[in-house]
Amino acid sequence: MNDFSRALVYLNDPYNWTRTDGFGILSLLGEHLAISLIAVAVAAAITLPIGLWLGHSGRGGGFVVALSNVSRAVPVLALLTIFAVTPIGFGDTATTIALAVFAMPPILTNTYVGFRQVDPDVREAARAMGLSPRQVMLRAELPLAMPLVMTGLRTATVQVVATATLAALVGGGGLGTLINLGFGQQDYGLMIAGAILVAVLALLTELVLVVLSWALTPGPRRSPFRRLRLRGGAEPAAAATPL
Amino acid sequence: MIAGAGPMLAADAAPNPWFSWSYVTDNGPTILRYLGEHVRLTVFAVLIGAAIALPLALLARRFRFTAAPLLGLSTIIYTIPSLALFALLFPVGGLSATTVLIGLAAYSLVVLVRNFLAGLTGIPDDVREAARGMGYGALRMFVSVDLPLALPAFVAGLRIATVTTVAETTVGVLVGHGGLGQLIIGGFNANFYRAEIVTGSLGCVLLALVFDLLIAGVGRALTPWARLSAA
Repeated sequence: MNDFSRALVYLNDPYNWTRTDGFGILSLLGEHLAISLIAVAVAAAITLPIGLWLGHSGRGGGFVVALSNVSRAVPVLALLTIFAVTPIGFGDTATTIALAVFAMPPILTNTYVGFRQVDPDVREAARAMGLSPRQVMLRAELPLAMPLVMTGLRTATVQVVATATLAALVGGGGLGTLINLGFGQQDYGLMIAGAILVAVLALLTELVLVVLSWALTPGPRRSPFRRLRLRGGAEPAAAATPL
Repeated sequence: MIAGAGPMLAADAAPNPWFSWSYVTDNGPTILRYLGEHVRLTVFAVLIGAAIALPLALLARRFRFTAAPLLGLSTIIYTIPSLALFALLFPVGGLSATTVLIGLAAYSLVVLVRNFLAGLTGIPDDVREAARGMGYGALRMFVSVDLPLALPAFVAGLRIATVTTVAETTVGVLVGHGGLGQLIIGGFNANFYRAEIVTGSLGCVLLALVFDLLIAGVGRALTPWARLSAA
C-alpha cells in the first residue's frame, strides 16, 4: 500500500475526524479557521480605515507601494517564528498576531489602489451635488472601489488560511499539525492526509470568497469565473504573495 | 493543543539577544552554506519555471482558448499551501532538495506565465505583421521582434517570481532543505535562539532585495531604448 492510499484510509476513518486527543481533524480544522478568521478580522479592522483614508486623500502612495513590495520578500515562516519567540510565547496567540501582520499589506494595497482608481470626475460630481467629504468617501468612492477592496480581503484570507499551516512548524496548532506530526513520526500516510486536507481547504476558501465577493460587489456583474483577463493582464501592482 | 501559550522557561532566563554579531562571525561557514543552498534553489527554480512558462505562454498566444485553462491551473497550484505541496511531493523527491525545487518551480509558474503572456500579447500586431512581410520566420520573429518588445514584462515577471521564491524556499525546512529557513527553524528548536532566527530572516529579505536589484539592473541594461524614451 503506498502513502497516498494510506492517506485515503486515514481520511476515511470517522475516528480520525472526531477524536478528542488534540489530533481530531474537526477540532484542528476549527482551530485553523478560528486563527485565520481572527487574524483577517484584526488586519481588516486596522488596515481598511487606513487604506480608505490614504486612498481618499491620495497621500502615502509611495509608502503603500514600498510596503507591498517589501512584504513580498518577508518569509511568513520568519514572521511566525519571530512572534513565537517574543515574550508572548509560541501558541495560537503568537500565530494569530503574525498572520494578522501578514494579512495587512494586501488589504492596504488593494484598498488604496481601489480608491485611487475612482474617476476624479465622479468625485467632483459627487461634491458638486452637495455630498460632504465623508459622504463622497462612503457613497461615491467606496462602491466603486468595492471590487478591489474585496480582492484585497480575498487575497489576504486565502493567504492566511494557506499560511496558518506553517504555524505547526513553530509550535502552533491548526491542520499543519497533521503534516508535521506525520513527517516527524515517518507516518507519510498521515502527512499526505494532512496535505490533502490543507490543499482542499485553501482551494475551497478561494472558491467561497470568489463567489462571496461577486455577490457583494454592486453594479453590473460578470461571472466570477470569467475574471481572468488576457489582454494587459500582467500581475497587477496590488497583488501580493501567497504563503 | 500540543503546545499551549504559556510562559517560556529557559528562553527568558539566559540572555537571548535579537541580533548578535558574534553569532554571525562564529557561524560564518554554516550561514554561507545555507545561503548558498538558498541561492541555488531560487535560481534553479525560477530558471526551470521560466523554461516551462515560456512555451506555455507562446502556446496560449497561438491558441487563445488554452490561455484560461493554463492560467487557471497555475493559479490552483499556487493556492495550495507550500507545506502541503512539499508534503505531497515528498513521495516523489524524498528528503532531497529536488522536492523543494519541483514545488518552487511549480509556484513560479503563476506569475511567470501571466507576465510572459501579457508581454507577448502586448506586442502591436502591426509590428509583427511588418516583420512577417519582411520575410521573418518564426524563430527570427521571436528573437528579434517578440523578445525585445516583451522584455520589460518578462523582467517584471522574473523579479516578482524570484522575490516570491526566495521567501517560499524557507518552507523547504520540512524536508531539511530550506536554505536560510534552516536557520529560522534551527534557532527555534535550539531553545528559541533569537539571534539565529533573526539572522536567517534578515538574510532572506536581503537576498530577495539583491536578486530584485540584480534582475532590474540586467533588464535595464538589455533595454537601452526604454531609457531614451523616458529621458
